[in-house]
Amino acid sequence: MMMDYWQRVYRRSRRQYQRLNWRTLHLDPWLLLALLTIVTGGLIVLYSAGGESTYLVEAQALRFGAAFLIMLLIAQFSPRTMQRFAWFFYVMVTLMLVAVDVIGTHAMGAQRWLTIPGVIRFQPSELMKLAMPMTIAAYLSRRVLPPGWLDLLVCLLLMGVPVALIANQPDLGTSMLVTASAVFVILLAGLSWRFIAVCGGLGIAAMPLLWFNMHQYQRQRVLTFLNPESDPLGAGWNIIQSKTAIGSGGIHGKGWMQGTQSQLEFLPERHTDFIVAVLGEEFGLIGMAVLMSCYLLLIWRGLYMANQAHDTFGRLLGGSLILTFFVYVFVNVGMVSGVLPVVGVPLPLISYGGTASVTLMAGFGMLMAVFTHHKTTPR
Amino acid sequence: MRPRRATLKDSEQQARIFRRRSVLAALLVLIMFSGLIGRMVWLQVVQHDIFITRSDKNRMRVEPLPPNRGLIFDRNHKVLAENRPTYNLTLVREQAGDVGQTLQRLIDILGLPEDQREVLAQRSRERLRSYEPALLLSDLNEDQIAKIAVNRYRLPGVEVEAQLIRYYPDGEWMSHVLGYVGRISQEDQQRIDTSNYAGTHFIGKTGIERFYEDELHGHAGVKRVETNARGRALREIDRTPPQPGKNLTLTLDSRLQKLGHDLLKGKRGAIVAIEPATGAILAMVSEPGFDNNKFVTGIDTKSYAALRDDIDMPLYNRASRGQYPPASTVKPYMASAGLEYGLIQPSDTVYDPGYYQLPNDSRRYRNWLRWGHGRVDMKRAITVSNDTYFFTLAHRMGIDRLSSFMHKYGFGEDHSLDVWGAGSGLMPSRDWKRGRYNQAWYPGETLSVGIGQGYWLATPLQMATAVAVMANNGKWVRPHLAMQVGDQEIAPPFKNTPDDIKLDNPHWWDLIHDAMENVMSGSEGSGRASGRNLQYRMAGKSGTAQVFTLGQKEKYNASELEERLHDHALFTAFAPVDDPKIAVAVIIENGGGGSRVAAPIAREMLDAWILPDMKSSEEAQRHARKNESTAQQIATGD
Repeated sequence: MMMDYWQRVYRRSRRQYQRLNWRTLHLDPWLLLALLTIVTGGLIVLYSAGGESTYLVEAQALRFGAAFLIMLLIAQFSPRTMQRFAWFFYVMVTLMLVAVDVIGTHAMGAQRWLTIPGVIRFQPSELMKLAMPMTIAAYLSRRVLPPGWLDLLVCLLLMGVPVALIANQPDLGTSMLVTASAVFVILLAGLSWRFIAVCGGLGIAAMPLLWFNMHQYQRQRVLTFLNPESDPLGAGWNIIQSKTAIGSGGIHGKGWMQGTQSQLEFLPERHTDFIVAVLGEEFGLIGMAVLMSCYLLLIWRGLYMANQAHDTFGRLLGGSLILTFFVYVFVNVGMVSGVLPVVGVPLPLISYGGTASVTLMAGFGMLMAVFTHHKTTPR
Repeated sequence: MRPRRATLKDSEQQARIFRRRSVLAALLVLIMFSGLIGRMVWLQVVQHDIFITRSDKNRMRVEPLPPNRGLIFDRNHKVLAENRPTYNLTLVREQAGDVGQTLQRLIDILGLPEDQREVLAQRSRERLRSYEPALLLSDLNEDQIAKIAVNRYRLPGVEVEAQLIRYYPDGEWMSHVLGYVGRISQEDQQRIDTSNYAGTHFIGKTGIERFYEDELHGHAGVKRVETNARGRALREIDRTPPQPGKNLTLTLDSRLQKLGHDLLKGKRGAIVAIEPATGAILAMVSEPGFDNNKFVTGIDTKSYAALRDDIDMPLYNRASRGQYPPASTVKPYMASAGLEYGLIQPSDTVYDPGYYQLPNDSRRYRNWLRWGHGRVDMKRAITVSNDTYFFTLAHRMGIDRLSSFMHKYGFGEDHSLDVWGAGSGLMPSRDWKRGRYNQAWYPGETLSVGIGQGYWLATPLQMATAVAVMANNGKWVRPHLAMQVGDQEIAPPFKNTPDDIKLDNPHWWDLIHDAMENVMSGSEGSGRASGRNLQYRMAGKSGTAQVFTLGQKEKYNASELEERLHDHALFTAFAPVDDPKIAVAVIIENGGGGSRVAAPIAREMLDAWILPDMKSSEEAQRHARKNESTAQQIATGD
């Protein structure tokens, strides 16, 4: 009898052990590997960009540690739960954005922060990066796809309110990313090319309107982008210095912690938005190619995972999150290398910064969730 | 109720649409990333050279290294101009943090009065860039330096900075010769190579400092430093060291210079002493003087105005620029001209009734002694400084010959080698008068010029040079102040030296020297009061110049006016007669008779140079006073 009991215990534990694989943990090893590679590489660059400051690296590592935990946690939720939770989340975050407008904390000329004294200080607009694709995906997944005029109108409404609130803070970069995340959901949902063409045309027609609604400093950024030499010591300084940093790196780079542009502080915001210029200067074209390859593999894996989701909501959400991530990378690298105007978008997974990395990792958690959670109950 | 139109078929179709779109997206991602990589290739490969240059230009800064200015010594290697380290207190705002607090601590530590606070605060803001040191206090004393060193940790951004600054130990009596350095002005920038002066703050303004500016300054070096974006230098990459300026040894003897200064104390005048054989200027004194140290760091406008407007004109270098009628000191030269032109023989006599009259002219040109000297030959004419003899000679010679022969002695031209801003005096001639006044030359004017008056003007330097040429039997050496520049000796022959004066009979020089010696030691000699107890053979000639006009700018009251109408006292001399070692010219403005006032001073200068032991200046002064009193008792004239 005793023998039998122990056999049973052994078999059960063995079964459980066998069941303990990536899928049951709701993780994706490849995505995880790509993330860890980029983050680790980013910490190495950050050590140099921050002037050999271990403080920055430690803080960043801690932050990513926490963000990884959040990612693991979120990956455990089933997409069904997320779908149900989406509306509530959306309303909450929108209310917070309204609160920011009313009682928010000023920092660096913008009102972006919400402070609960003694507890936490955060940017609700960051949360909207998650809430927006969740909500639009939740809405569209219940409609007949591809979406029609009416769906599009509803989506535009859902998108417009928070985006307007964020743009009003003002935070051009985040409002753009939030918009992108919504648009990606709509596009992935199969919006017909006719609609896309019409909307694209309207968008281009609306450009002048956008111009007149921009803040002075935002206009200045666009003008500076068009001609950085017009004000080399003022607004054009950033872009000239970052191009100089990247260009002077050459193919092999100047070597880790040897970049004169970054070490001698010519490069502004070198540990935040312009960190990729440090990489370009110190590791050269080779370093840039490696980084871009890592990002490419990460994005491709993300798209594959979204495709493997078991319902429309999961697909749309996952696809939108990973494509928004791409926009992040593209806008940042494009801005630092001088092909896009300077918009306050950090380089994801590498730039030093708080809330953004947490929301990013939460997004990857959702992506893992939609990939790993089987449809337990058929709809 | 919830719409449940999504069928299995729909779901598959949606998945298909999604797959198509996501493949499209993946493709787009690839293309756009390729675009970014293309951009990187453009920046990092194609334009690499442009950007590497730009990044080097960013980080490297070339900083000038100013050379140390050469020192100036006298002939005995006494320092006349040196570089004194001063300690300045500077503040770098960028490092100071709370500037107000730092300044308050500084005031407490140094025990400065509280009202300094505002002054310091204002000075700390003077620099535009926060990383550049702003000068708070200059010329710190050792006590202050020590206090700051001890409290250094409490004074972030505060530094004690060493800087070399020009210092003239003997400012008062060297100022005119040496000149001074001052801050480089707009005007100065026109004449310098600005890159060589990039780190230099001072430049020679007048005198020796000005004349030998290029040699004294040296060549600036450069260092390349790596700087950060705020322009702060972090490390030195390489450097080309500066070449320090050359040291300058002057022909001046500072003891003789000091003696001259003491002898002229309280008077207005000048002394120039020259070594006849070499043309070396042994002393060049102008009184009153000024302290040239005041000009180095920049004199305040009030003090400058006081100096500039001083009626005694202390800034004016009388020795090289002052123009005076040479008066009777020219009589030996006139005699040499008369002999050379064959107008007189040494033994020829002229009867002096106390005046001279031009033929067919009733006007009498008076001898200084109203009743006349009776019969005078050349020797006696020089000894007693007879005017009638030289009126006669001048009339015979005529202005043209007179003027051209006196040019040979250097009158009317500046022949000095390196005396900055030396005047050229005025040797009148027929052409000059026509050009200047558009008038014909009158014979009567020749007579005045014949005794060194009228239009004739000469600087003390020219007078000393002329007497040196006389002492040399007509051999010319250009007067000069530099003896050695760096390793290079400054010695004759010099370029552009005037032709030596040749007399048909070289013995005539001895005759003239003999007459000049008789001035000092003859029973009738005008300078005999100063010629007592001579331990060597001294030759001299006195002069008393009438003051016809006053300076234009001067305003003074009646008693001063009277004093300033007195005659200028002059004396030229050389010694020893058989082997001249020194020639000297002395002028005392409004001093009265030359033999009474100027001659004792000349004697002191000669004694000091020739007698083995240089007397202390105090002794010299006592002697000067004693001689003056004896001279007054004798009361001779010219």
